[in-house]
Amino acid sequence: MATRQRQVGLPAWIFVPAALGAALVLLPLVGMGSRVEWGSFFELVTSDSALTALSLSLRTSLVATVLCLLLGVPMALVLARTSFRGQGLVRSLVLLPLVLPPVVGGIALLYTFGRRGLLGSELDALGIQIAFSTAAVVLAQTFVSLPFLVVSLEGALRSAGARYEEVAASLGARPTTVFRRVTLPLVLPGLVSGAVLSFARALGEFGATITFAGSLEGTTRTLPLFIYNLRVVDPDAAVAMSLVLVVVAVLVIAFARPGRSTW
Amino acid sequence: MTLELTAQVTERDVDVALDVADGETVAVLGPNGAGKSTLLAVAAGLLRPDSGRVVLDGVELTSADVWVAPHARRIALLAQDPLLFPHLSALENVAFGPRSRGIHRRTAREQARAWLEDVGVAELADRRPGQLSGGQAQRVAVARALAADPRVLLLDEPMAALDVAVRPALRQTLRRVLADRTVVLVTHDVLDALLLADRVVVVDGGRVVEAGPTTDVLTRPRSPFTARIAGLNMVRGTWRDGAVDGPHGIAVKGLTTDPAPATGDSVVAVFRPSAVSVFREPPGGSPRNTITTTVSDLEPFGDQVRVRAATPDGQSLAADVTTLAAAELDLAPGLEVVFSIKATEVSIYRT
Repeated sequence: MATRQRQVGLPAWIFVPAALGAALVLLPLVGMGSRVEWGSFFELVTSDSALTALSLSLRTSLVATVLCLLLGVPMALVLARTSFRGQGLVRSLVLLPLVLPPVVGGIALLYTFGRRGLLGSELDALGIQIAFSTAAVVLAQTFVSLPFLVVSLEGALRSAGARYEEVAASLGARPTTVFRRVTLPLVLPGLVSGAVLSFARALGEFGATITFAGSLEGTTRTLPLFIYNLRVVDPDAAVAMSLVLVVVAVLVIAFARPGRSTW
Repeated sequence: MTLELTAQVTERDVDVALDVADGETVAVLGPNGAGKSTLLAVAAGLLRPDSGRVVLDGVELTSADVWVAPHARRIALLAQDPLLFPHLSALENVAFGPRSRGIHRRTAREQARAWLEDVGVAELADRRPGQLSGGQAQRVAVARALAADPRVLLLDEPMAALDVAVRPALRQTLRRVLADRTVVLVTHDVLDALLLADRVVVVDGGRVVEAGPTTDVLTRPRSPFTARIAGLNMVRGTWRDGAVDGPHGIAVKGLTTDPAPATGDSVVAVFRPSAVSVFREPPGGSPRNTITTTVSDLEPFGDQVRVRAATPDGQSLAADVTTLAAAELDLAPGLEVVFSIKATEVSIYRT
């Protein structure tokens, strides 16, 4: 029999609100699950338009995750390993998309990259139109998910500390070698969970996408937008597709659960 | 001079100077917070002093307008914690330095294997750092630092984090591998200084308070800190039957350092006052070393009592006992007592 450790000093009543909180999270899932038409489930989730939306979602989220890695890893390194004036302010601003309503993010993107936006005429001159294109979907997803990667990687970098890097440098390793052979492997668990979280956030992105990219089937109508449209015309299909997203989310949590892989 | 260093760090109230000649080992002794680690950080290029210079072989590494990056200094750092890269095997850890210098992977591994062999852990080559004991990991770290082929090796209390039981063996290894190298050894253990260093620099309150050849500084301490730590017991004699054969039939067994002494060599046994137990009668059936002495003096020493006693030939030895023990033993000058020392607490080396 396994020994059970008792925590000291946890009042008994605390379990009541804790259980209520858990119910608040889990009950809606049960409610949704109870409405799934299992007979036609497979048919509903494999319809042409559903597959189109799913494939668009997966592709754009993957590209957004890669962009998050390319931009977020250097950002996290600069925040964790250097100090400069106004660093605290920069860190707060980088985290802004985390707390900003996504719709506001979408409007901000529209007035930056849209046709009449800040960079609109310059981009137009180059023959580039971003708004209401698949590129806009990727941009919106990157905008909202970048902070997830930066936050989790900066945390991993800070807890790993700079001491291994100092030793590596004293052994004659150039900064790029230190980054490649010491820093990255040390924070790999944090990097993976950050990337998975960013991917999940990109996959669920709705507000910024519909504002900045619109909802054009095959081009910008990702899975969440598809479900939102479907919810009135075909509730059964909406529920079935929602379940697909729940399964994806559960898989993501299983992957990115914090404190899993430690050396 | 190989390494010349002067540094002022206002924030930490440090103002020190240090010179290390080619092939010389200099021990930097001092209490915690004295500025020892600051000195190493300046040498390694991890800290830029407010003013000062670091010059290695005539080349400026740090000065008002020169800054050579840590990786280009050829100054390797070995810290209290081994800090082996946890994702690499012991062998790959040691090969890290050579590979960073651009040596081919296979050659780097061969070199790494030779270094692991040299520090006595060849059989652990494929282990991950997580599977090594503290002492084994520190040996791998020593091999890794040496494999980087540094001009200067900086050791920051390399044995402080280890079990007392594994320190003597590692100290022996260090004594051998550091012999002809240019080394700065930061320690607060006077035994390290005595066995590993040619010269001692004592730092206290961010200033160098004493400097000179190890034995000079430790036998004629001029600062309170040195006096406190230098209270080591020494028994001189010749090596016979696996023990230091001293005057009046005193024989002291202990741990020898490489190379092992041969019969007839003149040797010295060194042990701390805190390693000595004091008895009224010789303790029976014990494998410990015993030396009969006459108490000459008692003085308070922190929360203990330092018992000074003289051997029949007039050699002075010291023991630290608790106030309670001193009272129970009813110690007083003139009393004959037996000093008892575990062999594992005694270091023996050739003079």
